[in-house]
Amino acid sequence: MIVKELIPLIEGKLVCGDPDSSHQMKLAFASDLMSDVLTLDSNNPLLITGLCNLQTIRTAEMADIHVIIFARNKKVTEEMIHLATQHNMMLIETPYSIFRISGILYKHGIKPIY
Amino acid sequence: MHFNFEVEGGNFSKAGSASSEIKKILNQLNVDYRIIKRIVVALYEAEVNVVAHAYRGWIDANIDTDKIQLTLTDEGPGIPDIEKAMKPGFSTASAKVREMGFGAGMGLPNIRKNVDEFDLKSEVGKGTKLEFTVFINSE
Ligand SMILES: Nc1ncnc2c1ncn2[C@@H]1O[C@H](COP(=O)(O)OP(=O)(O)O)[C@@H](O)[C@H]1O
Ligand SMILES: [Mg+2]
Repeated sequence: MIVKELIPLIEGKLVCGDPDSSHQMKLAFASDLMSDVLTLDSNNPLLITGLCNLQTIRTAEMADIHVIIFARNKKVTEEMIHLATQHNMMLIETPYSIFRISGILYKHGIKPIY
Repeated sequence: MHFNFEVEGGNFSKAGSASSEIKKILNQLNVDYRIIKRIVVALYEAEVNVVAHAYRGWIDANIDTDKIQLTLTDEGPGIPDIEKAMKPGFSTASAKVREMGFGAGMGLPNIRKNVDEFDLKSEVGKGTKLEFTVFINSE
């Protein structure tokens, strides 16, 4: 799945990154706990989270994550966008809950890590 | 090659900036991305520990062709029982630290999992020293 296909499924808004990106998303992980995200060995999962601060972006940088979906209308800050841009990340805001986003992505073939 | 960074206790907006610099350097040196990931994941959890639990600290990075060594030294409260601190789930983190997505007692165990050599020493009331090494097998 590419970002253009993902956005309409979750009423998402891409607030950082290229809307025409060909980056393929195959795996996802959902957590608000960054220490948990840092234990993953999987290659390039997308992250669904309710934690919206600079450490979310730092964690994604260290864990080689390039797509982050922020659930429940969490607003991404300028500082986060600045850092995310340097690391070629796509940041998506959505009104949906983590549960709803996860269900939709799962139904559309995105695989869980565990 | 040798690099130094300072870490400010309590400053969460800067937490991770040293790990980020070291990641950039390792990328420029064309180190294998799997090795880079192990190092920066360990280093980032360690850097967050200094920010979360200590007053100030210093990171020393020694990059060789066959291994990468990191030393994090801090001035802080120290760790009274290292064996206990190493247990998954043990944490004394504040609410503020948990708001940042840490404080589940997973940091030290994950650091140890990602590195080849691990040494943690601490003196209560003075500070903590964490040293770890990751070997690079050059095929
Ligand atoms: N640099 C440090 N200075 C003082 N205490 C520390 C330090 N690093 C770790 N600790 C102690 O060890 C505990 C476990 O650390 P860790 O596994 O990283 O979990 P967390 O940081 O999420 O609490 C911390 O809660 C803290 O009590
Ligand atoms: Mg920690």
